[in-house]
Amino acid sequence: MIDRTVLKEHLVKWVLVAFALSSLLFLFLIFIFILAEGLPLFLKVGVNKIIFGMKWAPTKGYFGIFPMIISSFLVTIGALIIGAPLGLSCAIYLSEYAGKRTKMLLKPAIELLAGIPSVVFGFLGVIYIVPLVRSYLGGSGFSLISTSLVLGVMILPTIISISFDALVSVPRTYREGSAAMGATKWQTIFKVIIPSAKSGILASFILGMGRAIGETMAVIMIAGNALKIPTSILDPLRTLTGNIALELAYATGDHRLGLFSTGVVLMVIIMILNYVANFGIKRKIAK
Amino acid sequence: MRINPRYINRLVRMGLNVQAYFTVGILIIIVAIIFFKGFPHTNFAFIFSFPEDMGREGGIFPSIVGTIQLALLSILLATPLGLGTAIFLTEYTKESLFTKFIRFGVESLAGIPSILYGLFGFIFFVIKLKMGWSLLAGVLTMTIMILPTIIRTSEEAIRAVPRQLRIVSYSLSASKWETIKKVVIPAAIPGILTGIMLSIGRAVGETAAIIFTMGSSLRLPLSLMDSGRTMAVHFYILAREGISMEKAYGTAVVLVLSILLINILAYYIMNKAIARYS
Repeated sequence: MIDRTVLKEHLVKWVLVAFALSSLLFLFLIFIFILAEGLPLFLKVGVNKIIFGMKWAPTKGYFGIFPMIISSFLVTIGALIIGAPLGLSCAIYLSEYAGKRTKMLLKPAIELLAGIPSVVFGFLGVIYIVPLVRSYLGGSGFSLISTSLVLGVMILPTIISISFDALVSVPRTYREGSAAMGATKWQTIFKVIIPSAKSGILASFILGMGRAIGETMAVIMIAGNALKIPTSILDPLRTLTGNIALELAYATGDHRLGLFSTGVVLMVIIMILNYVANFGIKRKIAK
Repeated sequence: MRINPRYINRLVRMGLNVQAYFTVGILIIIVAIIFFKGFPHTNFAFIFSFPEDMGREGGIFPSIVGTIQLALLSILLATPLGLGTAIFLTEYTKESLFTKFIRFGVESLAGIPSILYGLFGFIFFVIKLKMGWSLLAGVLTMTIMILPTIIRTSEEAIRAVPRQLRIVSYSLSASKWETIKKVVIPAAIPGILTGIMLSIGRAVGETAAIIFTMGSSLRLPLSLMDSGRTMAVHFYILAREGISMEKAYGTAVVLVLSILLINILAYYIMNKAIARYS
């Protein structure tokens, strides 16, 4: 007869294996169901007419999402222009200059910023940023630049925490070697530490891009959601995420399938970004 | 002309200093605006009364209940799943192709934006499994969303438990599962709690995934199949449809305050946990 303890041990192990597999199962389900709804329209209408189509009028058979793809990238780049220098500076300050007490204050504050819901960012954007842009720069205020500003702040925590990890993991000996050569602190940071933390810093930018391109609620409140490619930073625009969120509640038939096609494109972009970022982080660890 | 590197050094230090405090300043400004504008509209009655006229009048009681239901039920489902995964990854295997696959799954889930969770929850739970817009569909979607956070924090917490504890337990002839149950998990509890608190914070603040799965009914959800709205969804609808700015600010105070408190508690527990074994 098998010992009861041994039997229990085996049982526990297999239950835990099943639990561990659940994450993969969920990922698989998400892929399958979004693809199953999103792909048929690509076959019916044509990949070109969706990805490079200029006109989105789903009830009339037009499913072009090219302006949204471009808009998604524009707000993401805008967010990066604002968030990347600021975030990297914060990370450098935290890892190289800040004393223990400053760190104890700054790090939690930045983590708390990450916890503020995106609807709150969107709301404050509408109340404060949009009117500011409208009165000083012109246009309606619901624009590429307003959206980029708000997204730039929203991606700060991601950029700061991952860059910080990369900077801290640069070995002490590098710093000491540089200081021994007579370099000032800034020279050491600029010429030694940043180059050796490069892949982690880049990964933080790419993950920040992923966060910005996937952001939804703040964007639909601020972007203005117009269906064309913006020609200036003051033009309103509609992103891929915005398109889904604005129309999913009432869409039926092919219209709904079109929103899932939008989701497929978004999923592919996010997957590529995450893959590239993880590659950067892994390479750093391998080094 | 050559500038003395020391001046550059000092200038850079100042510049970085300013930018770091600017970032903290943004947080403070956001919280300050919400509180100053919102507190006049928040009181006991606002929290405990039902909304009237689409939220133009009255309070936010059903949305508070909806938020608590959503957060607690998804934690109830995600914690055993996530903790189990973490135990498996740390105690039962060595790094192999299999664990790489699982880690890939967890990392990918963490990277998926909430609107795609909304799309998936909508088509899978709401439509295919015929749950309709319901608390259940919201809870199941949320469970998948917070799973990566629970797994990561639990894994870190379990890894931080010193080896000696395990060795002593084995030397007392405890089996592996007994050791995990009686020694490892109790020692890792603070870290696991941190993950749970952070996940609750995420569930409270989430909008995009919830609005398409749980719906936005203003009534109090009394069963798993009822639709309901969370505070974040209520706030979004009030603000976006311009129903009432006063009520929107009032809701924002309750929303932001609860998230801040939950997250601060999470960091407090985490710092305790770090202090424990170092």
